Amino acid sequence: MAVSQMIGASIKRREDPALVTGTGTFVDDIPQTAVVHMAIVRSTEAHARIVAIDTTRAKDADGVVAVFTGKELKAEFGAPLPVTVTFVPEKKYPNYYPIAVDRVRFVGEPVALVLASSKAAAEDAAERIEVRYESLPPVLDMEKAIMKDAPVIHEELGSNLSYDVKRSVGDIEAAFKEADVKIKQRLIQQRLIPVAVETRGVLADFKPFTGKLTIWSSTQIPHFVKVFAAVILGIPESNVRVVARDVGGGFGSKIRVYPEEILTALASRRVGRPVKWIEDRSENVKATHHGRDQIWDVEVAAKKDGTVLGVRATQWLNLGAYCSQFGTFMTLGLLVAPGPYKLKAFDGRLIGVFTNTTPTDAYRGAGRPEATFLIERVMDLVARETGVDPADVRRTNFVKASEQPFTSLFGFTYDSGDYQMTLNRALELIDYKAFRTEQAEKRKQGKYLGIGLSTYLEICGLGPAAPTQANTGVSLWGMSVVNVHFTGKATVITGSSPHGQGHETTFAQVASSALGIPVADIDVQHGDTAIGPMGMNTYGSRSAAMDGSAVHVSSMKVVEKAKKIAAHLLEAAEADIVYEGGKAFVKGTPSKSITIQEIAGAAFQTNRLPAGMEGGLEATTFFDPPNFVWPFGAHVAIVEIDPDTGATQILRYVAVDDCGTRINPMVVDGQLHGGIAQGIGQALFEEAVYDDSGQLRTGSLVDYLIPTAADLPNFELEATETPSPSNPLGVKGIGEAGTIASSAAVVNAIVDAMQPFGVKDITMPATPQKVWQLTHKNGGRKR
Amino acid sequence: MIPAAFDYVSPKTLQEAVGELQKHGQEAKVLAGGHSLIPLMKLRLSTPSFLVDIGRIGNLSYIREEDGQIAIGPLTTHHDIEFSDLLKNKLPLLTSAASQIGDPQVRNRGTIGGAAAHADPNGDFPACLLALDAEFKVVGPTGERSIAAKDFFVDTFTSSLEPNEILREIRIATPAPGSRATYLKFSRRSQDWAIVAVAAQVRVTGHEVTQVAIGLTGMGTRPIRASGVEQALRGKAGHDDELRAAAERAADGTDPQEDLNGSPDYRRHLAQVLTRRALELITAHH
Repeated sequence: MAVSQMIGASIKRREDPALVTGTGTFVDDIPQTAVVHMAIVRSTEAHARIVAIDTTRAKDADGVVAVFTGKELKAEFGAPLPVTVTFVPEKKYPNYYPIAVDRVRFVGEPVALVLASSKAAAEDAAERIEVRYESLPPVLDMEKAIMKDAPVIHEELGSNLSYDVKRSVGDIEAAFKEADVKIKQRLIQQRLIPVAVETRGVLADFKPFTGKLTIWSSTQIPHFVKVFAAVILGIPESNVRVVARDVGGGFGSKIRVYPEEILTALASRRVGRPVKWIEDRSENVKATHHGRDQIWDVEVAAKKDGTVLGVRATQWLNLGAYCSQFGTFMTLGLLVAPGPYKLKAFDGRLIGVFTNTTPTDAYRGAGRPEATFLIERVMDLVARETGVDPADVRRTNFVKASEQPFTSLFGFTYDSGDYQMTLNRALELIDYKAFRTEQAEKRKQGKYLGIGLSTYLEICGLGPAAPTQANTGVSLWGMSVVNVHFTGKATVITGSSPHGQGHETTFAQVASSALGIPVADIDVQHGDTAIGPMGMNTYGSRSAAMDGSAVHVSSMKVVEKAKKIAAHLLEAAEADIVYEGGKAFVKGTPSKSITIQEIAGAAFQTNRLPAGMEGGLEATTFFDPPNFVWPFGAHVAIVEIDPDTGATQILRYVAVDDCGTRINPMVVDGQLHGGIAQGIGQALFEEAVYDDSGQLRTGSLVDYLIPTAADLPNFELEATETPSPSNPLGVKGIGEAGTIASSAAVVNAIVDAMQPFGVKDITMPATPQKVWQLTHKNGGRKR
Repeated sequence: MIPAAFDYVSPKTLQEAVGELQKHGQEAKVLAGGHSLIPLMKLRLSTPSFLVDIGRIGNLSYIREEDGQIAIGPLTTHHDIEFSDLLKNKLPLLTSAASQIGDPQVRNRGTIGGAAAHADPNGDFPACLLALDAEFKVVGPTGERSIAAKDFFVDTFTSSLEPNEILREIRIATPAPGSRATYLKFSRRSQDWAIVAVAAQVRVTGHEVTQVAIGLTGMGTRPIRASGVEQALRGKAGHDDELRAAAERAADGTDPQEDLNGSPDYRRHLAQVLTRRALELITAHH
């Protein structure tokens, strides 16, 4: 394949051979001598005072090196765990320290550490620690948590309310006055457990005499961990190195600085030896943060032609026991809830509440699946109420392509996109008209098919300075270093920290396209704070737009320098040098050329460089574009429900996505497959459930059901490419689009299938039992 | 998720294995395929201090027909059952059930003897073995005895095996020609335990249902025979309305438990639906 065609080429991921043959390097694979293994004693109580911790029997156990309680460690924390101001600067929140001292606030909170010569010895000794608790009444329900008589989880805050703020634009009263149709609906975003295939793990090595700390962690954010580990532990940032090698999935669950990263490093400093902690799955389901857990109370004002005039929405967010680092990020959901539609008014209210549950934070989509679910359910509810076809309701309300760039109610600027185009194409692929005929015929035979649309618009590419100052109060950038070696091979260092996304492949494609160096000669390095400048890590579908663009910009800087060197060597004017396909030549005289490999060699021999030019062929970029990127698309699901058992089967799943330029369409498809699967997981299978005492009932993968390949349909994917005007590659983002779109598509389809039974809504997950109950609430009779 | 410390032996004969059990009493557990025991040990919900691994004992994995009975060795894997030609012809209920247990990895390691002795009321084989009136040959310190299926499954995770006994063989009378069977399982995901499942074997001779056996999974603390259905159908012609009426009795006398996947009411309903569908499926074309 010609080098110039590398952008857009579905080459195989270079990451995969090692990963699929078991030769990847996850935290537990990192060779390290003299390691001490750490087990964490965690709270078995949702809410309790710690009366006493007896560690004597554990200290006496075989192989034990040390035992620490919160009381013994608290003096060493120079600061609490970080909390970003994102979106809700008004919020109240407690100091969140990595280990409980005198009170526990959720099942799974660290209470004591055991360090021993093996993991088995550490776990055996951990069982010998006796923690005496004085139980306090647990607070689990968001609405009850803020009632006057509710027990207060953080006494210093006075109540369990973190924030209750309005975010409103437009004249909502006028919208409701004008409305022919008013609809009220409560939508539940159930609590989800991210379940990355690699659980978290930390290996920390503090060197007693040099004072240098290295942390290997299964994280999405090594660069942030470096900063905050330094601050919390009082170590100069220059002495801290954080490394994320292969990371087996994150989905947002590894986006924060975790208690265990600090505790493992602290333990290493205490015992003067490397300390390793590998989370097991039983810990993972309660100690790694959860996602979603929101209630959306919605009121819609619409006209009888399907025009949606305004929406009132209250977003209740269960923060869990503490405000996690990005714990208020999910309020973004409300700010982008209008989606691809033109509303006149949006009256929003955000209520964040503490409960005695695992803290919640980002989970694939982080606010945007909630937003899409809200507005896509609203579109279907309006369709049902007005009798207008759901596809037409969407068409009526879409922002038109001619109106781009469009400024949304909350002040975001949509960069590009023809939302009707992807919808029309998806309906064509699924043959919408034929389906409606088939659906009507099947209903007569007692078979219940349903179709669900989800036309999403996503904000990603977090987060350039210009548009974020007003909206998010954060400013992030993309970072890259492109370094061409003496022999003309290149190293790319990226500030992103991939954990399954394939950046080693796709960023090599980006560099290859610009430099004309074969992909095989370009190495992409990431996830090590010691190899380059600070990066902004990977989350929120930001990497292609921010760090991929940064790779392109650095590559172009290298090309500029290469052209200067070429002009000197070819004895031509720089303006006459054309650079193409890895070669520089004199305009009009292609035979007078020099390859990038030859230029690279010259770059390291100062006698071959133009006078005054420094050696080397390297460039660094901090990329800060003018706007976010706005991928969009249309997903359509066809389901059949069996009213006798309540079973739902997805018969077809069609998606037409537009993520701008696709660097590697196969990688894009892979992201969509995983994303759609997770959204279907939320729609049909997954839900974290607590019992009345705050114990997690879904504490293993026997009870917490993630979909497997056998439970999923074939995905029929198509793409359109509307380049983003905000970056030189025209790329948008695709890491979360599948999840953002699919829950709504599937739920809309199930509700459509149940229409003959008079059913207008179903809460996720749409379990067989719920479908059965809904289709039988009138004694199984159809309306 | 590391089990508590335990000792381990792998005897070469059943007698030796029984001897080890005798020696260690309640502290010992028999390890077969390990697909139920090992996870429980890793969660430290089960903490035996001694494991007797019967996996190295020869001649415990077989499927053969002798004297009008089918004999199955306890270490026969779910996979071997699923793909046994003999069972496909003579005991399709077992091949049907085996193909729906867990995933291929589980089926490659899990054994029928282990599944029976584990006595999980949501497991797939117990209801089948109950419906088939299987006989469990067990060996203990004082020799052998035989336990009928109706007496074998006692309660959740409790069989009538004594701690010092080992299941040596499962025997099932070869069904008369013309018997048809299926195992209909309803679960949320393909690899899950059943919410409810129905093991059905029916023989229609001429225009008469001469034999009917229905076992239920997930309808109580042990597998259950749907005797109401059997009574209602035996001697009938097997017409659709008769099947439907009989299936309505599927949940009679059951006391299903509540869990995250289903209420008792939902389970009772599923038992009826699945029984009707199973009966319709295996009596079709008669």
